[in-house]
Amino acid sequence: MAQRPAARLTVNGQSHEISGDPRRSLLDVLRLDLGLTGTKKGCDHGQCGACTVIVNGRRINSCLTLAVMHDGDEVTTIEGLGQPDALSALQAAFVAHDGFQCGYCTPGQICSATAMIEEIRAGWPSAATADPADKPAIADAEIRERMSGNLCRCGAYDNILAAIRDAMDAEAAQ
Amino acid sequence: MSDTYDTPDTRDMLDRTRQGVIGKGLDRPEGPLKVAGTATYAAEYARPGCAEGVLVGAAISKGRVTAIHRDAVMAMPGVLGVYSSERMLRRAAQGTAGEAPEQDVSTVDFPMQPVALVVAETFEQATAAAKALRIDYDDQSDDARFMPSDDNAEPADDPVEAGDLDRALREAAHVVDAQFTTPGHASAAMEPHAAIAEWEGRDLTLWGSLQMLSFNVAELADSLGIDPKHVRILSPYVGGGFGSKLGISHEAVAAALAAQDLGRPVRVVMSRQQVFQSIMRRSETEQRIRLGCGPDGRLTAFAHEALVSNLPGEDFSEPVTQASEFLYAGENRLLAVRKSDITRLTAGSVRAPGEAVGMQALEVAMDELAEAAGIDPVELRKRNLPDAVPGEGTPYSSRRLVQALDAGAAAFGWDQRSATPCARREGEWWIGHGVASAARVNILAKAEARVTLTADGHVVVETDHTDIGTGSYAVLGQIAAEMLGQPIDRTTVQLGDSRLPSGAGSGGSWGASSTGSAAFRACEAIRATLAQAVGCSADDLLLQDGKAWAEGVDPRPVTDLLTEDLTRTGRIEPGDLMEKVNQSTYGAFFCEVAVNAFTGETRIRRMTGAFGFGRVLNAKTARSQCLGGMVWGIGSALTEALQFDSRDGHLVNHDLAEYHVPVHADIPPMEVILLEERDPHASPIQAKGVGELGICGAAGAVANAIYNACGVRLRDFPMTPDRLLAHLPDPFAPAA
Repeated sequence: MAQRPAARLTVNGQSHEISGDPRRSLLDVLRLDLGLTGTKKGCDHGQCGACTVIVNGRRINSCLTLAVMHDGDEVTTIEGLGQPDALSALQAAFVAHDGFQCGYCTPGQICSATAMIEEIRAGWPSAATADPADKPAIADAEIRERMSGNLCRCGAYDNILAAIRDAMDAEAAQ
Repeated sequence: MSDTYDTPDTRDMLDRTRQGVIGKGLDRPEGPLKVAGTATYAAEYARPGCAEGVLVGAAISKGRVTAIHRDAVMAMPGVLGVYSSERMLRRAAQGTAGEAPEQDVSTVDFPMQPVALVVAETFEQATAAAKALRIDYDDQSDDARFMPSDDNAEPADDPVEAGDLDRALREAAHVVDAQFTTPGHASAAMEPHAAIAEWEGRDLTLWGSLQMLSFNVAELADSLGIDPKHVRILSPYVGGGFGSKLGISHEAVAAALAAQDLGRPVRVVMSRQQVFQSIMRRSETEQRIRLGCGPDGRLTAFAHEALVSNLPGEDFSEPVTQASEFLYAGENRLLAVRKSDITRLTAGSVRAPGEAVGMQALEVAMDELAEAAGIDPVELRKRNLPDAVPGEGTPYSSRRLVQALDAGAAAFGWDQRSATPCARREGEWWIGHGVASAARVNILAKAEARVTLTADGHVVVETDHTDIGTGSYAVLGQIAAEMLGQPIDRTTVQLGDSRLPSGAGSGGSWGASSTGSAAFRACEAIRATLAQAVGCSADDLLLQDGKAWAEGVDPRPVTDLLTEDLTRTGRIEPGDLMEKVNQSTYGAFFCEVAVNAFTGETRIRRMTGAFGFGRVLNAKTARSQCLGGMVWGIGSALTEALQFDSRDGHLVNHDLAEYHVPVHADIPPMEVILLEERDPHASPIQAKGVGELGICGAAGAVANAIYNACGVRLRDFPMTPDRLLAHLPDPFAPAA
């Protein structure tokens, strides 16, 4: 039997050896092998954003990448951002602003927003940035544009925006 | 007390109680679990030894399966079984069916209908084997019809006909006669349909993603040919439903059959494509609306006709004219919906069946009539609210449409709108404003809930009702805490287990008012017992913050009055009131759009909705329901359309990349106004439903705003740039 590819990756600070089927996506490893079902499968084709996780500080669709490609990578999932009794500021803002209804897209929205805030802070432009040479403003249009890879069929977008603004403003005030 | 609701409850109980939590915009109690990713959805239960199943769709549009070449895939790594049987489902069950839908997958009714299930040790093995499975067919698609048309439509069921429509139209001062089309829509709930089935002897446990558990147990048991007492369904969290999970579907029965055969748990999760292709579509519609009014704008003629479609043998017919029956005046009437039998996947309930597509066309026609009559469109609507349902004479319960129009107009700044199109231009954008009414039928459904006041002063509400994002956990807790005078943090709500008393289920906007009323009645029974202990009548009992008292009786902790847990079950069933009094929900939408003068792209700039739907149980979750409905309205107006191949009936845009639900960037700042209202005819808690109202007419406001912006009157939804582009005025012409 051919030797199977293996990868060692860190998920929420814990090291894991990946030795199974090389066809397995990062998403399915998280959900099925590691029991981290907070990361959701909505389309398995990179179309909905429900599976968004943060890999080495950047948000990606975990359904579009194979786990074995992540040897040495650091993965943060929703479970790594906070627990029900110890929520991150952004998670708490989602609750306060009702930034979800069914809750299925929510972990992806929060992982995505967590990384997006860093992107704005680092000065990355978006299609909503008037001049890419300028540092993007913390503006509603920027947030809506940058969050458009995360679908919410319940239509909680206005509340999600309010939650993200709230968390960003709270951070800026510190 | 009788279970049926026959007499309006005008006691205003929830206004007289003292806890002060009812109606408050409290956070969802399950919120921390959802944002932390620990709320567990159907596919996420870790069952030891669980095998993975993948469904296989038919490669023909219509016909029979003649051979399934199992042996080749059984030899593939990890494959445990290939199933294709007379018990597997061809179609998903319609809402509230309570019995098995069409079974036996040796027959193919529509393209990509599931015909087999492949089960393997891992998801990857099952997926590979499902792709490799070779199936032979007797292709009978030559005699199939794929396009709806008048000549293969049945006559309308129960058309409404009154007066002399033709004469009224001839004699009217102003007439609109317009044809509209709306495309098929998909529910596209974010969580794909999923099931884990596990048997213990004769008892089946199914973790599913379902909206109405007591119906679903009956459907699943009937499909499997077993007694419902051997079926338990667990569905505590549901990742969106919007009608698509009202009834059981293919994955549940397939998982149960495979799990029984293999003697181990089996999980079947539909792919996003399979959800689109095989569950349920909203029918496309062709609509003709004829309106006639006098010089004063008062309607004398009202005709709304529609052609919809479904698979042969399906009774469900998109009830396009449902709100047209009661919303506006016009003694000379014709309302008729015909259904055409075609070979496409099953048509059924998608959020707000009927009004979602009927209202958006009607509200465009009303805008056209307002222009023809030279009357402000808000005023035209207010002039046409009848005193009783036309043709029936049925009175209305509460109706806050005038208030919604007025409150919405004031908040939006409707008086700033230009009545003539092409009046405002900002750079390359035409700016316009539109209004539409919202209307949706309200239904009370049979429901049961159990409430316990524990000896140590906790409140527990138990029912098999579901929370599909609707806020059931929040509002049921608020009703019970309010009635029993306990703080909300001493209140627990248990849902989504079919062993609990049968709630109404989440569908048709009836969940909160129906199951909430059952919980309310259970609490009334507990209050009666507490009143005895206090030594007062139930009416005089006062409860707050865990204390009980009455006039002249000192407050005592409720726990001092209890020696054991106090448990009561409340029940409600619809009664005479549903027939005697028209109970509907109302609202108004106001929308500002920008239409690109060069490209025809429409951007929504802001939107206001004002809604009256009886008592608001939780201002936060109710507002979210309204917001969500308006987002659906924007999708319906601008982007959403199922595209079917006219040659073979297959769904072309079967995923979220090609079927365009609104994204963050499509949605403007939105304002929601919740009107104060009590409707004692609707339910003892004086609440109606709000889960669907926000979509019913919303797309009409967008369409009317597009017309006001650029003078292009489209009657085909969605209003995509290509459709607008051909009709746009000279982009270099100055604003009118």
